[in-house]
Amino acid sequence: MSEQKHEPVPFRTFIQVWICLLILTVTTVIVSRIHLGPWNIWAALGIASLKSSLVIFFFMHLRHEMRLFKIGLLVLLVIVAIFIGVTFFDVLYR
Amino acid sequence: MSIEHRDDTGARFGMWLFLYTEVILFSGLFLLYAMALAKFPNDFSNASHRLNIYFGTVNTLVLLTSSLSIAMAVTALQRGRTKLTLILCGTTVFLGIVFLINKYFEWSAEIGHGIYPGSHHLAEQAPGVAAFFNLYFFTLGLHGLHVVIGGTLITVVAIMTAKGKVTSERYTLLENTALYWHLVDLIWIFLFPLYYLIL
Repeated sequence: MSEQKHEPVPFRTFIQVWICLLILTVTTVIVSRIHLGPWNIWAALGIASLKSSLVIFFFMHLRHEMRLFKIGLLVLLVIVAIFIGVTFFDVLYR
Repeated sequence: MSIEHRDDTGARFGMWLFLYTEVILFSGLFLLYAMALAKFPNDFSNASHRLNIYFGTVNTLVLLTSSLSIAMAVTALQRGRTKLTLILCGTTVFLGIVFLINKYFEWSAEIGHGIYPGSHHLAEQAPGVAAFFNLYFFTLGLHGLHVVIGGTLITVVAIMTAKGKVTSERYTLLENTALYWHLVDLIWIFLFPLYYLIL
Protein backbone atom coordinates (compact mmCIF):
# COMPACT_ATOMS: atom_id res chain seq x y z
CA MET A 1 0.00 0.00 0.00
CA SER A 2 1.21 3.49 -0.74
CA GLU A 3 2.50 5.36 2.26
CA GLN A 4 0.31 8.14 3.48
CA LYS A 5 1.25 10.44 6.33
CA HIS A 6 -1.48 11.94 8.41
CA GLU A 7 -1.44 15.54 9.40
CA PRO A 8 -2.02 15.69 13.16
CA VAL A 9 -5.65 16.54 13.87
CA PRO A 10 -5.74 19.68 16.04
CA PHE A 11 -6.84 19.26 19.68
CA ARG A 12 -9.57 21.84 19.07
CA THR A 13 -11.34 19.56 16.55
CA PHE A 14 -11.31 16.67 19.01
CA ILE A 15 -12.64 18.83 21.84
CA GLN A 16 -15.48 20.14 19.63
CA VAL A 17 -16.42 16.58 18.69
CA TRP A 18 -16.29 15.57 22.38
CA ILE A 19 -18.65 18.43 23.32
CA CYS A 20 -21.08 17.29 20.58
CA LEU A 21 -20.89 13.76 21.98
CA LEU A 22 -21.68 14.97 25.51
CA ILE A 23 -24.64 17.02 24.24
CA LEU A 24 -25.96 14.00 22.30
CA THR A 25 -25.61 11.80 25.40
CA VAL A 26 -27.68 14.22 27.47
CA THR A 27 -30.20 14.43 24.59
CA THR A 28 -30.60 10.66 24.36
CA VAL A 29 -31.21 10.40 28.13
CA ILE A 30 -33.83 13.17 28.00
CA VAL A 31 -35.57 11.72 24.91
CA SER A 32 -35.71 8.30 26.57
CA ARG A 33 -37.70 9.80 29.49
CA ILE A 34 -40.45 10.96 27.09
CA HIS A 35 -42.99 8.32 26.12
CA LEU A 36 -42.94 7.91 22.35
CA GLY A 37 -43.84 4.22 22.17
CA PRO A 38 -41.80 2.31 19.59
CA TRP A 39 -40.22 5.59 18.47
CA ASN A 40 -38.15 5.58 21.65
CA ILE A 41 -36.01 2.75 20.39
CA TRP A 42 -35.57 4.36 16.96
CA ALA A 43 -34.67 7.71 18.52
CA ALA A 44 -32.12 5.98 20.79
CA LEU A 45 -30.61 4.07 17.85
CA GLY A 46 -30.59 7.20 15.66
CA ILE A 47 -28.71 9.24 18.26
CA ALA A 48 -26.33 6.31 18.88
CA SER A 49 -25.62 6.11 15.14
CA LEU A 50 -24.92 9.84 15.02
CA LYS A 51 -22.56 9.55 18.00
CA SER A 52 -20.77 6.56 16.51
CA SER A 53 -20.31 8.38 13.18
CA LEU A 54 -18.63 11.24 15.04
CA VAL A 55 -16.30 8.79 16.81
CA ILE A 56 -15.50 6.87 13.60
CA PHE A 57 -14.91 9.86 11.32
CA PHE A 58 -13.12 12.18 13.75
CA PHE A 59 -11.58 10.22 16.65
CA MET A 60 -10.72 7.23 14.45
CA HIS A 61 -9.51 9.48 11.59
CA LEU A 62 -11.67 7.73 8.98
CA ARG A 63 -12.22 11.15 7.39
CA HIS A 64 -8.53 11.21 6.39
CA GLU A 65 -8.17 7.55 5.40
CA MET A 66 -8.10 6.09 1.90
CA ARG A 67 -11.31 5.04 0.20
CA LEU A 68 -10.54 1.36 0.95
CA PHE A 69 -11.17 1.96 4.68
CA LYS A 70 -14.55 3.55 3.99
CA ILE A 71 -15.60 0.77 1.62
CA GLY A 72 -14.61 -1.73 4.33
CA LEU A 73 -16.90 -0.03 6.83
CA LEU A 74 -19.75 0.06 4.32
CA VAL A 75 -19.32 -3.67 3.56
CA LEU A 76 -19.35 -4.39 7.31
CA LEU A 77 -22.58 -2.45 7.81
CA VAL A 78 -24.23 -4.21 4.86
CA ILE A 79 -23.19 -7.62 6.27
CA VAL A 80 -24.61 -6.75 9.71
CA ALA A 81 -27.82 -5.45 8.13
CA ILE A 82 -28.20 -8.70 6.16
CA PHE A 83 -27.62 -10.74 9.35
CA ILE A 84 -30.28 -8.86 11.24
CA GLY A 85 -32.71 -8.54 8.32
CA VAL A 86 -32.65 -12.22 7.37
CA THR A 87 -32.94 -13.34 11.00
CA PHE A 88 -35.97 -11.13 11.56
CA PHE A 89 -37.51 -12.36 8.33
CA ASP A 90 -37.46 -15.79 9.96
CA VAL A 91 -38.42 -14.77 13.51
CA LEU A 92 -41.32 -12.44 12.64
CA TYR A 93 -43.05 -14.71 10.09
CA ARG A 94 -42.82 -18.04 11.87
CA MET B 1 19.23 -3.93 10.35
CA SER B 2 20.08 -1.35 7.76
CA ILE B 3 16.94 -1.74 5.69
CA GLU B 4 13.65 -1.56 7.52
CA HIS B 5 10.43 -2.45 5.84
CA ARG B 6 7.36 -0.66 7.10
CA ASP B 7 3.81 -0.29 5.88
CA ASP B 8 1.94 1.96 8.25
CA THR B 9 -1.19 2.20 6.13
CA GLY B 10 -1.28 -1.59 5.81
CA ALA B 11 -0.86 -1.95 9.59
CA ARG B 12 -3.74 0.45 10.15
CA PHE B 13 -5.95 -1.32 7.65
CA GLY B 14 -5.14 -4.62 9.38
CA MET B 15 -6.35 -3.10 12.65
CA TRP B 16 -9.56 -1.92 10.97
CA LEU B 17 -10.15 -5.43 9.59
CA PHE B 18 -9.76 -6.83 13.09
CA LEU B 19 -12.18 -4.23 14.43
CA TYR B 20 -14.74 -5.26 11.79
CA THR B 21 -14.61 -8.80 13.19
CA GLU B 22 -15.11 -7.39 16.69
CA VAL B 23 -18.24 -5.62 15.48
CA ILE B 24 -19.48 -8.90 14.00
CA LEU B 25 -18.87 -10.57 17.39
CA PHE B 26 -20.95 -7.97 19.20
CA SER B 27 -23.59 -7.81 16.47
CA GLY B 28 -24.43 -11.44 17.29
CA LEU B 29 -25.31 -10.27 20.79
CA PHE B 30 -27.23 -7.27 19.46
CA LEU B 31 -29.18 -9.67 17.26
CA LEU B 32 -30.06 -11.84 20.27
CA TYR B 33 -31.10 -8.70 22.11
CA ALA B 34 -33.30 -7.53 19.23
CA MET B 35 -35.02 -10.91 18.95
CA ALA B 36 -35.67 -11.11 22.70
CA LEU B 37 -36.93 -7.52 22.69
CA ALA B 38 -39.36 -8.32 19.87
CA LYS B 39 -40.59 -11.35 21.84
CA PHE B 40 -40.82 -9.79 25.34
CA PRO B 41 -41.18 -6.01 24.91
CA ASN B 42 -42.91 -5.46 28.28
CA ASP B 43 -40.58 -7.68 30.29
CA PHE B 44 -37.62 -5.91 28.72
CA SER B 45 -38.81 -2.47 29.71
CA ASN B 46 -39.62 -3.69 33.26
CA ALA B 47 -36.15 -5.21 33.58
CA SER B 48 -34.46 -2.13 32.08
CA HIS B 49 -36.15 0.04 34.72
CA ARG B 50 -34.32 -1.91 37.41
CA LEU B 51 -30.94 -0.79 36.06
CA ASN B 52 -29.49 2.35 37.56
CA ILE B 53 -29.49 4.99 34.83
CA TYR B 54 -26.95 7.13 36.74
CA PHE B 55 -24.27 4.44 36.54
CA GLY B 56 -24.95 4.07 32.82
CA THR B 57 -24.87 7.80 32.09
CA VAL B 58 -21.75 8.48 34.18
CA ASN B 59 -19.98 5.57 32.49
CA THR B 60 -20.96 6.91 29.06
CA LEU B 61 -19.45 10.30 29.90
CA VAL B 62 -16.32 8.63 31.32
CA LEU B 63 -15.79 6.51 28.18
CA LEU B 64 -16.42 9.42 25.79
CA THR B 65 -13.86 11.49 27.68
CA SER B 66 -11.33 8.64 27.59
CA SER B 67 -11.84 8.44 23.82
CA LEU B 68 -11.04 12.15 23.64
CA SER B 69 -7.85 11.75 25.66
CA ILE B 70 -6.51 8.84 23.59
CA ALA B 71 -7.36 10.66 20.32
CA MET B 72 -5.43 13.67 21.64
CA ALA B 73 -2.55 11.37 22.65
CA VAL B 74 -2.08 10.40 18.97
CA THR B 75 -1.93 14.06 17.91
CA ALA B 76 0.47 14.85 20.78
CA LEU B 77 2.82 12.04 19.68
CA GLN B 78 2.62 13.11 16.02
CA ARG B 79 3.75 16.55 17.16
CA GLY B 80 6.58 14.96 19.11
CA ARG B 81 5.29 15.93 22.55
CA THR B 82 6.18 12.70 24.32
CA LYS B 83 5.47 13.87 27.86
CA LEU B 84 1.99 15.08 26.94
CA THR B 85 1.37 11.78 25.14
CA LEU B 86 2.22 9.88 28.33
CA ILE B 87 -0.07 12.11 30.41
CA LEU B 88 -2.95 11.59 27.95
CA CYS B 89 -2.39 7.81 27.85
CA GLY B 90 -2.37 7.81 31.65
CA THR B 91 -5.62 9.79 31.69
CA THR B 92 -7.22 7.25 29.35
CA VAL B 93 -6.16 4.27 31.48
CA PHE B 94 -7.31 6.10 34.61
CA LEU B 95 -10.76 6.74 33.07
CA GLY B 96 -10.92 3.09 32.00
CA ILE B 97 -10.31 2.10 35.63
CA VAL B 98 -13.00 4.56 36.79
CA PHE B 99 -15.37 2.87 34.33
CA LEU B 100 -14.56 -0.56 35.78
CA ILE B 101 -14.91 0.66 39.40
CA ASN B 102 -18.36 2.04 38.53
CA LYS B 103 -19.23 -1.29 36.94
CA TYR B 104 -18.04 -3.09 40.09
CA PHE B 105 -20.37 -1.07 42.32
CA GLU B 106 -23.25 -1.41 39.88
CA TRP B 107 -22.89 -5.18 39.57
CA SER B 108 -22.35 -5.58 43.35
CA ALA B 109 -25.67 -3.83 43.98
CA GLU B 110 -27.46 -6.00 41.41
CA ILE B 111 -25.93 -9.23 42.64
CA GLY B 112 -26.85 -8.10 46.19
CA HIS B 113 -30.47 -7.91 45.03
CA GLY B 114 -30.23 -11.48 43.75
CA ILE B 115 -29.93 -10.45 40.11
CA TYR B 116 -27.28 -12.56 38.41
CA PRO B 117 -27.42 -15.33 35.78
CA GLY B 118 -28.85 -18.52 37.22
CA SER B 119 -30.16 -16.92 40.46
CA HIS B 120 -33.36 -18.12 42.14
CA HIS B 121 -34.68 -14.57 42.14
CA LEU B 122 -34.44 -14.37 38.33
CA ALA B 123 -35.91 -17.84 37.89
CA GLU B 124 -39.08 -16.63 39.63
CA GLN B 125 -39.38 -13.61 37.32
CA ALA B 126 -41.05 -13.46 33.92
CA PRO B 127 -38.98 -15.20 31.20
CA GLY B 128 -38.25 -11.91 29.44
CA VAL B 129 -36.74 -10.41 32.62
CA ALA B 130 -34.37 -13.35 33.01
CA ALA B 131 -33.49 -13.11 29.29
CA PHE B 132 -32.76 -9.41 29.66
CA PHE B 133 -30.44 -9.85 32.64
CA ASN B 134 -28.63 -12.85 31.17
CA LEU B 135 -27.91 -10.81 28.03
CA TYR B 136 -27.02 -7.80 30.16
CA PHE B 137 -24.40 -9.65 32.19
CA PHE B 138 -22.93 -11.43 29.17
CA THR B 139 -22.77 -8.45 26.80
CA LEU B 140 -21.58 -5.91 29.35
CA GLY B 141 -19.16 -8.46 30.76
CA LEU B 142 -17.67 -8.99 27.30
CA HIS B 143 -17.47 -5.22 26.87
CA GLY B 144 -15.78 -4.92 30.29
CA LEU B 145 -13.22 -7.49 29.17
CA HIS B 146 -12.49 -5.28 26.17
CA VAL B 147 -11.96 -2.32 28.51
CA VAL B 148 -9.39 -4.37 30.47
CA ILE B 149 -7.60 -5.45 27.26
CA GLY B 150 -7.64 -1.90 25.86
CA GLY B 151 -6.28 -0.44 29.11
CA THR B 152 -3.49 -3.04 29.17
CA LEU B 153 -2.55 -2.29 25.54
CA ILE B 154 -2.43 1.45 26.21
CA THR B 155 -0.22 0.88 29.26
CA VAL B 156 2.21 -1.25 27.22
CA VAL B 157 2.35 1.29 24.38
CA ALA B 158 2.84 4.13 26.87
CA ILE B 159 5.83 2.29 28.36
CA MET B 160 7.22 1.77 24.83
CA THR B 161 6.73 5.48 24.15
CA ALA B 162 8.59 6.38 27.33
CA LYS B 163 11.45 4.10 26.23
CA GLY B 164 11.53 5.74 22.80
CA LYS B 165 10.34 2.72 20.83
CA VAL B 166 7.18 4.51 19.75
CA THR B 167 8.01 7.98 18.50
CA SER B 168 6.67 10.82 16.39
CA GLU B 169 8.28 9.06 13.41
CA ARG B 170 6.68 5.67 14.07
CA TYR B 171 3.48 6.03 15.98
CA THR B 172 1.29 3.39 14.29
CA LEU B 173 1.31 1.21 17.39
CA LEU B 174 -0.24 4.01 19.44
CA GLU B 175 -2.66 4.79 16.59
CA ASN B 176 -3.85 1.18 16.39
CA THR B 177 -4.20 0.94 20.16
CA ALA B 178 -6.26 4.13 20.07
CA LEU B 179 -8.45 2.60 17.35
CA TYR B 180 -9.11 -0.36 19.64
CA TRP B 181 -10.03 1.95 22.51
CA HIS B 182 -12.42 3.90 20.25
CA LEU B 183 -14.10 0.62 19.33
CA VAL B 184 -14.72 -0.03 23.05
CA ASP B 185 -16.34 3.40 23.17
CA LEU B 186 -18.37 2.75 20.00
CA ILE B 187 -19.84 -0.46 21.37
CA TRP B 188 -20.77 1.25 24.62
CA ILE B 189 -22.52 4.02 22.63
CA PHE B 190 -25.00 1.33 21.50
CA LEU B 191 -25.10 -0.74 24.71
CA PHE B 192 -26.00 2.28 26.83
CA PRO B 193 -29.35 3.21 25.18
CA LEU B 194 -30.33 -0.41 24.55
CA TYR B 195 -29.86 -1.60 28.13
CA TYR B 196 -30.40 1.51 30.23
CA LEU B 197 -32.72 3.76 28.28
CA ILE B 198 -35.47 1.70 26.63
CA LEU B 199 -38.82 2.27 28.25
